Amino acid sequence: MRFGGLAALNQVSLSIPRGEIRAIIGPNGAGKSTFFNCITGVLTPTGGRILFEGDDITGLPPHRISKKAIARSYQITNILPGATVLENVRIAVQSRHHSWSLLRHHRAYRDVIERARTVLASVGLADKAQELAANLSHGEQRNLEIGIALATEPKLLCLDEPTAGMSVTETHATVDLIRRIAANLTILIVEHDMEVVMGLARTITVLHYGEVLAEGSPAAIQANPRVQEVYLKT
Amino acid sequence: MIPFDQIFVQIVNGLVNGMILALVASGLTLIFGIMDIVNFAHGDLFMLGAYIGTTAFLTTGSFWIALVASVVVMAVLGAALQVTALRPLLGRDPLTTILATFGLSLVIQNYALWQYGPVPRKILEPVSGHFRLFYVEYPWYRIVIALMSAAIIGALYLFMKYGKHGIWIRATTQDRVMAAAMGIPVPWVHTVVFAIGAAMAAASGVLFGPTVGINHAMGFDFTLRAFVVVVVGGMGNLGGSILASIFISLLESLATIWVSPAQAVIVSFVALILTLLIRPTGLFVPTPK
Amino acid sequence: MSAARARGEGPSAAYWTGFVVVVGALALSPLVLPEFWQRFATEILIWGLLAMSSDILIGYTGMVSFGHSAFFGLGMYGAAAALLMLRPPNLWLALAAGLVAAAVVAVFVAYFSTRLRDIYFSITTLVFSQIFYVIIFTWTEVTGGENGLTFRQPPLALPGLFSIPFTRNGLHWFVLAVVTVSYLLLRRVTQSPFGMVLQSIRENEPRTRAIGYHVERYKIVAVMLSGLFAGLAGALYAVQNKFAAPDFVLFLVSGETVIFNVMGGMGTLVGPVAGAAFFLLMKEVFSRVFYEYYLIPVGIIFTLMVIFLPQGLLGFLRRRLNQ
Repeated sequence: MRFGGLAALNQVSLSIPRGEIRAIIGPNGAGKSTFFNCITGVLTPTGGRILFEGDDITGLPPHRISKKAIARSYQITNILPGATVLENVRIAVQSRHHSWSLLRHHRAYRDVIERARTVLASVGLADKAQELAANLSHGEQRNLEIGIALATEPKLLCLDEPTAGMSVTETHATVDLIRRIAANLTILIVEHDMEVVMGLARTITVLHYGEVLAEGSPAAIQANPRVQEVYLKT
Repeated sequence: MIPFDQIFVQIVNGLVNGMILALVASGLTLIFGIMDIVNFAHGDLFMLGAYIGTTAFLTTGSFWIALVASVVVMAVLGAALQVTALRPLLGRDPLTTILATFGLSLVIQNYALWQYGPVPRKILEPVSGHFRLFYVEYPWYRIVIALMSAAIIGALYLFMKYGKHGIWIRATTQDRVMAAAMGIPVPWVHTVVFAIGAAMAAASGVLFGPTVGINHAMGFDFTLRAFVVVVVGGMGNLGGSILASIFISLLESLATIWVSPAQAVIVSFVALILTLLIRPTGLFVPTPK
Repeated sequence: MSAARARGEGPSAAYWTGFVVVVGALALSPLVLPEFWQRFATEILIWGLLAMSSDILIGYTGMVSFGHSAFFGLGMYGAAAALLMLRPPNLWLALAAGLVAAAVVAVFVAYFSTRLRDIYFSITTLVFSQIFYVIIFTWTEVTGGENGLTFRQPPLALPGLFSIPFTRNGLHWFVLAVVTVSYLLLRRVTQSPFGMVLQSIRENEPRTRAIGYHVERYKIVAVMLSGLFAGLAGALYAVQNKFAAPDFVLFLVSGETVIFNVMGGMGTLVGPVAGAAFFLLMKEVFSRVFYEYYLIPVGIIFTLMVIFLPQGLLGFLRRRLNQ
């Protein structure tokens, strides 16, 4: 993926089997965000293709990517601040059901609301349903992030630094959350926190200067001398 | 039969009008570039400047004193407006500033109506006399306008490029936070820039005054045209807005050969729409790589 | 009832009571108010409808339009055309013609709404209304130019059944009925799944896109909806006043519409109606003291409100009203 003269990603090739939790790590500037944005339709790659379940999704706009059952959460919390927690999730659920209804009250669609409540429960925010999203603590907002993505019934869930800015307790809680929801999903995580990654991922891909440096199980990566030199030492 | 002589006269007209518009628009684009404020009242500052010029002219009888007086008064007024009405809005979304300046526009327009009445005023031009341009007696004064506008814009450019405070202004435009970190008093830079913008609008108003009757509603047309220029020339791009002013004014003047002046204005609107569709960053901005 | 309120569901008794009181008062007003204030009340309703239509874009979708005068004006001229060209003048066709004319403009604006964001969209709508003003002002043969068009008021008629000419009060009740139905319709739309998407776009457009909504399509529908109801207001105005004039396509009408929205409270539907009433009342009162300079104090109040009371008079109701 080239930006003008700069190759942010160079010949990055990955293959993620269904049901796996895959982590992408690497120092700042390694190209993690660019990679993420290419997959989620924010950027169009200048070369190469992205295939999902056999379909070519290269260059599709974000809403089409979402319809292909790929959801993402954001590194910098990106919720609807003026809406309630329930509404944040409900609107995400609604994108799959009755999204063009103009003349019935949205509350009439109980199935959407029930599904939203279920998602809220799974991210531990059931009791905060009527709170304004802007009033949540940072950790709760990060979990809402994941909840919104989850609400769109994805097959592939892309999490961008889900534990960014969290305390130790919050991080543990989120890791448990991700483990719980991983059951029927394929998850792609971009992360900085090594502990999170080691405990969760089945396979880790390490990016460095836009190229794949190493790929393997957590144990293999930890033992890899090049990775240690570049990344783990910091 | 191509009316070459009409075309030539209109080209000259277009250049002159373009310079006036450039003077107005460069103030607007400066304000937008540094403060993200779309100043809806900019044309009304132009109008008020013209009116103050008439008052000064009536008391002193000198055009040039009137010009200076108006510029100074409007600069102070601009600073006052920025401090009272616009500083509290720093950080809010652009919609709020557009609305606030819209409110100011209403107040300024009707204040002018109240103070000066509905009958248009006039200033006598300092340089009278005509010269022969093809089939028309072309007033020397219009050339004076163009030259003075160019001079003022040139002075602004030099100030921005080499003046100590000009560099402050450019630094604040590029990165507000860094400029503050370097010790530049950012809020005062904002006030000064707004004052400069108001002063330039006032100057154009006084310069333009002798060519038309000054009335309280004349500002809106200029505000609108200035918006068009700022978009076509690239938001915050000084050189671009000057080129765009001349471009738009040339198009309009040439259009008056075939349609009425009221309809010629549509030409600039079409230019705006086309720019937004094809090159939204501005026609006179180098293509971003 | 109270259990439903506690769960945050359903409109409260307070809301419906308030609604009935207001509509009832407006219905009874012809029997109580002197003629001048009666006309005033009818006009407030029509401007209120315009303000509501604009709220769909400004308050609910977050798209600031400075071009509503184009919708309003074309609704007016469309109705005028129908009333001048068809014999006998037909009320329903006039309204329909106004809607069609406004819809044509709305198509253009809708197209631009999908390509331009924020300030560029606002400036473009402003430019649009000016373009239409120039066209209407200069195309004298068709639009009557500066002088506009005058015509007879159509009767309230159902062909074949009855035909009653409007009395002043009759027209007021008709306008009240149309505006009330429009309000209920718009309220239902803003609370529908579609309306919730609009609000999501306003709160966070990129995220709304990312969760799978084709934002452009929603914007187009929002613009069409807004334009249609604004055109309806224009058509009603034509029917009430029996003339159409280019002044109503001037930017000032668009500007006043935005003022109604901001003063009354964006995103509440009732707020802008209250804003219209408040503004027009202020205008009446101030013009007795300040004559034609009433816009000076009004402008000052507006600017102060933008700075210190940005949520407007009824903005505090926004959450309650939109549940």
